[in-house]
Amino acid sequence: MVEYAPYPDATQPAVNSERYFRTSQLAPSQSFIEAPVTLSEITGPLFSREGVPADEADLTAGGKALGQLMILAGQVRDEDARPLPGVLVEAWQANASGKYRHPVDGRDAPLDPNFVGAGRAVTDSEGRYRFVTIKPGAYPVPNSGNWWRPPHIHLSIYGYAFMSRMITQMYFPGDPLNEIDSIFMSVPDADARSRLVAVADTSLGLHEHALGYGFDIVLRGRDQTPMEDEGLQA
Amino acid sequence: MSAAPTASQTLGPFFNYALPSIADLTGGGKAEGRSILLRGCVTDVNAAPVRDALVEIWQANAAGGYAHPLDRDDARPRDPHFSGFGRVLTDPEGSFSFTTVMPGPVPFEGNRWQAPHISVAVFAAGLLRRIRTRAYFPDEELNAEDPVLAAVPSGRRALLVAEAQEGGYRFDIRLRGENETPFFGD
Repeated sequence: MVEYAPYPDATQPAVNSERYFRTSQLAPSQSFIEAPVTLSEITGPLFSREGVPADEADLTAGGKALGQLMILAGQVRDEDARPLPGVLVEAWQANASGKYRHPVDGRDAPLDPNFVGAGRAVTDSEGRYRFVTIKPGAYPVPNSGNWWRPPHIHLSIYGYAFMSRMITQMYFPGDPLNEIDSIFMSVPDADARSRLVAVADTSLGLHEHALGYGFDIVLRGRDQTPMEDEGLQA
Repeated sequence: MSAAPTASQTLGPFFNYALPSIADLTGGGKAEGRSILLRGCVTDVNAAPVRDALVEIWQANAAGGYAHPLDRDDARPRDPHFSGFGRVLTDPEGSFSFTTVMPGPVPFEGNRWQAPHISVAVFAAGLLRRIRTRAYFPDEELNAEDPVLAAVPSGRRALLVAEAQEGGYRFDIRLRGENETPFFGD
């Protein structure tokens, strides 16, 4: 039987964080209710590889985007360290100048016509995903007292269950902005934070062409059965 | 061997081009069952609308079956035209809307049943984690014995029951403050 126990202590950010000013407006003030985990929670949307063309994992328009070309690759596993095939991973990020292709991003920085900044992939039979992208720039958060977000890539992941749904951000090793970032530091446990930092690994890159970064993802849940062939939609 | 779960991080404000909406769960009206609109508004501590929040839903089909291999029961067959999954971002008024079908009752352990319900998750800039709740429906006899609704303090249960309105139901999500929506632990 699949199991979705509560998240282990300290692996997740607090719902209310003094470090992140917006939580006082939005985050629930009342305690979360402990309720049974039922069929409704151990099921969830599934996605097929057939529905996601391979070129959607290239954010660079075939290498034309400006910036430091890089490969982001990793494995998605469950809490038993079992690989999870057939998992939809969606990525989005700022361009090399730290600008998002989004109307709300009013910052005076150039857009890159060859960089849309979003892609998606479905994990293979070993639970692996791989994106071709460029290293994003840092950017200032408006009206925040000179808070700069460190370079990061947003990742949205659907496991096999409503309970294992996860959205996170991947950070770059050695960036001095990491340790002073309110969102990164909202995770109280140093080990849990370190798992949000990618590993620089040129062997994942392209020879004399692209840097490589490894970023493995662990979704909540134990005793998962691979569902690669069960993908229903995309 | 065990592995620690990756930490959640906030959705941020700039995602809409990366996470396209799936607002119609019915395959353009081909799904079995009574078609309904599930609409609502996401609001903050000041009852102000929250724009660009991501609202996701997951539900059984009209027969109470989930489109998932862990749910195999011929009495509650899959509907090839119904995925059970939707996601939309809220508009500048904080509003969201899904076209779906009325879900059937879903089994619980020990030959018990869950009342018809839709699982709802919210992500937003300002929320460091996903939060999740459920929308129930008015005038359902099974509400009285639903095991998840029973875990909610009795004085707050009504906040999880959607309001009937023309064409469907209204389910507002009050993230914080007065009449705060009950949320379930992750």
